[in-house]
Amino acid sequence: MSSKLVASLAGIFGLALYSSMAIGSKYNLPEPQNFIAQDVYDQHIVLMWICLVIFIGVFGVMFYSVLKHRKSQGYKAANFHHSTSVEIVWTVIPVIILVLMAWPATKTVIAMKDTSEPDMTIKVTGYQWMWGYDYLQGDGEGISFYSKLSTPVAQIENKEPKGENYLLEVDNNLVVPVGKKVRLIITANDVIHAWWVPALAVKQDAIPGFIRDSWFEVDNPGIYRGQCAELCGKDHGYMPIVVEALEAEQYAEWVAEQQEKLAAEETSEKQKLGLVDGSIVTNEKS
Amino acid sequence: MAAVHGDVHGHGHGDHHPTGIMRWVMTTNHKDIGTMYLWFALSMFFVGGTLAMGIRAELYQPGIQILEPELFNQFTTLHGLIMVFGAVMPAFVGFANWQVPMMIGAPDMAFARMNNWSFWLLPVAASFLIISFFVPGGAAAGGWTFYPPLSVQGGLGVDLMIFAVHILGASSIMGAINIITTILNMRAPGMTLMKMPMFVWTWLITAYLLVLVMPVLAGTVTMLLTDRHFGTSFFNAAGGGDPVLFQHIFWFFGHPEVYIMILPAFGIVSEIIPTFARKRLFGYSSMVYATASIALLSCFVWAHHMFTVGMPVVGQLFFMYMTMLIAVPTGVKVFNWTATMWQGSMTFETPMLFSIGFIFLFVIGGFSGVICAIVPIDIQVQETYYVIAHFHYVLVSGSLFALFAGAYYWIPKWTGRMYNETLGKWHFWLSMFFFNLTFFVQHFLGLAGMPRRIPDYALQFADFNMVSSIGAFGFGLTQILFVYIMVSCVRSGEPAPEKPWEGATTLEWTHLPTPAPYHSFETPPVIK
Ligand code: HEM
Ligand SMILES: [Cu+2]
Ligand SMILES: [Cu+2]
Repeated sequence: MSSKLVASLAGIFGLALYSSMAIGSKYNLPEPQNFIAQDVYDQHIVLMWICLVIFIGVFGVMFYSVLKHRKSQGYKAANFHHSTSVEIVWTVIPVIILVLMAWPATKTVIAMKDTSEPDMTIKVTGYQWMWGYDYLQGDGEGISFYSKLSTPVAQIENKEPKGENYLLEVDNNLVVPVGKKVRLIITANDVIHAWWVPALAVKQDAIPGFIRDSWFEVDNPGIYRGQCAELCGKDHGYMPIVVEALEAEQYAEWVAEQQEKLAAEETSEKQKLGLVDGSIVTNEKS
Repeated sequence: MAAVHGDVHGHGHGDHHPTGIMRWVMTTNHKDIGTMYLWFALSMFFVGGTLAMGIRAELYQPGIQILEPELFNQFTTLHGLIMVFGAVMPAFVGFANWQVPMMIGAPDMAFARMNNWSFWLLPVAASFLIISFFVPGGAAAGGWTFYPPLSVQGGLGVDLMIFAVHILGASSIMGAINIITTILNMRAPGMTLMKMPMFVWTWLITAYLLVLVMPVLAGTVTMLLTDRHFGTSFFNAAGGGDPVLFQHIFWFFGHPEVYIMILPAFGIVSEIIPTFARKRLFGYSSMVYATASIALLSCFVWAHHMFTVGMPVVGQLFFMYMTMLIAVPTGVKVFNWTATMWQGSMTFETPMLFSIGFIFLFVIGGFSGVICAIVPIDIQVQETYYVIAHFHYVLVSGSLFALFAGAYYWIPKWTGRMYNETLGKWHFWLSMFFFNLTFFVQHFLGLAGMPRRIPDYALQFADFNMVSSIGAFGFGLTQILFVYIMVSCVRSGEPAPEKPWEGATTLEWTHLPTPAPYHSFETPPVIK
């Protein structure tokens, strides 16, 4: 009974410690928002521990030697300069450690690459210097918009105080439902860009003339910010990405709203072109 | 012991080399050419450094203060190009010129006149790069990796850069051929390959890498040039090309290139550690094999710079495993250095301090390298400050620290004068402190999500950027101390003893007087 209590207390404590490391840490990857990001986060932590242990081992020996094996302490140099067995050991052990590191990484790579059976598909296009989004398939099909930096120039030029989301805010967020597999089809219009949202562990270059795909899922509703991650010219630093994840109902509302807007735009467009007379709306596409 | 050599300095066979400036323009002497390479590299180091100060000044605070985004990109691009091609590579060639003939008992380099030519190409290329800031449209702004299509968009500055890279490449290829020929053909009798000093070995392997990959770089910049001006579409999808092809070719050059910049550094450190530990290098032959396998593996890992372009799974896994493998021979080197120090009888003059600093910080860079090799993690940190931190740990506290170590180590031999030891130690400790202040925090910035190559950033990155900038200014100022130490050593240093380092065992210390005469080893020494 009491040992169970201790175990669960320890568990809770460990978990709390662990997640406090994650949340809002300036020293580490952002808090993971899906299982891929979680894998990446965990593997990074494990690797850090391995590196730390090796580091302490190697430099423990070296600094011991630096302190003790000094001429000023009258230490006389030994005369060995070769040992096949030692050399084999320190070749084989690193290989084993590397294999242990590669194993979980391999599984994650395979999962990251698996874009099959998505719930919805969005096409992402990089432009100098903004993003375009087209909802190709799934809920929200047909929605299409551009997404541009919305931070005022005055803030960049230091004429106004900088807002909380300075350089990480856009006019139109990329809105997605939580818990759905979103496949991205990524390309670019001019030069190479890269679509990156750290908390979702997606980064994919957008290559003009080619299509690449990637995918993500968001576990919790919220707003997740990222930036273009490939130098694309003058305003490369000014083309952020904002993903807004909504619960299913709110997402449905958002879709309805967008589709209404879209329909209204289409109508006014057609009116301008004289394709619509009075109140009769034709269904043909121009 | 061989002081007589010094007296024959007037050397009987009456070659009247010109004096004044013409001595330097016409010289075919490996020592003169080595000296010119080193001063050239040092001045380029300050040009590149000035650009870095500009970058860090702009990044001191969020918002745009002193460099407009376009100019900022020109600064980062030229900083990278100048440091890689203008500072680090020529500096190592300078060391090779001075040291390789003296360490293998040869009178000079094999192709003395080509040696002169390969040096004098450098100032030409450097002036193209510097002039490019002042042409319409400014300098190249697509990063030192100049990926198309972005680099197709630039103006005359990009063409000047392409031209400069061509010339620098030609110079490197000539230098490499010269070094290979010298090492293979001009060793003193009795110096078998497996008796060569480690520095010579690392340069031999590096020179082969250079001959292998510099032509590839020349090819790719030529393709870029014809894409820009002559209607080809190697890298343009609209014409049937592929922008990603450029990246494959570039990094087939680019990754071996990073080893070109570190293998000679390994060589320098492998000379210095045994000298100051007064103990033979541990595992000499495994050092040679490790160097060779690093060089070989480095030709099969290029796409680890491209984990986000969207390669097939098999491709990603292949390049991940190959990259991780490189850590093994690299580890062997570090263990061998440690074992060399173990139970030595160590003293800690400036060259030794820089060498230990090298190992300590290079290992941190190696660790972040392995972390970058893990594809899922690299996808997070690619194109962020994490990568910037990684390669500055291997290039600044790696290559550059080794260059400093080598300069302090050999300057008594070159000039016959000692540098100021106290100031040298100050130079080391200040560099160590400011280097880490500048670059350690960049790991955090990268993990937290700050992309590289941006002139302005979100507020959450402000603190660490300020720290990093302060560190950078300190590091920059500290390097003025290095110039002062070197200049005052050359002009008015204390005369150096014949053999200032009692543990030194290579030929330049054991068989030549200090300073080394203008012509050394005209009759080769015999090695037992
Ligand atoms: C254990 C050895 C090393 C490993 C495993 C390693 C691995 C890597 C990887 C995977 C990257 C790509 C990161 C990215 O762009 O996302 C990288 C970048 C880089 N590495 Fe290393 N590295 C090692 C040692 C070195 C050394 C010795 C040097 C040079 C002296 C070096 C210089 C660079 C440079 C310059 C870049 C960045 C190039 C750029 O994008 O501008 N690395 N390294
Ligand atoms: Cu960009
Ligand atoms: Cu590489």
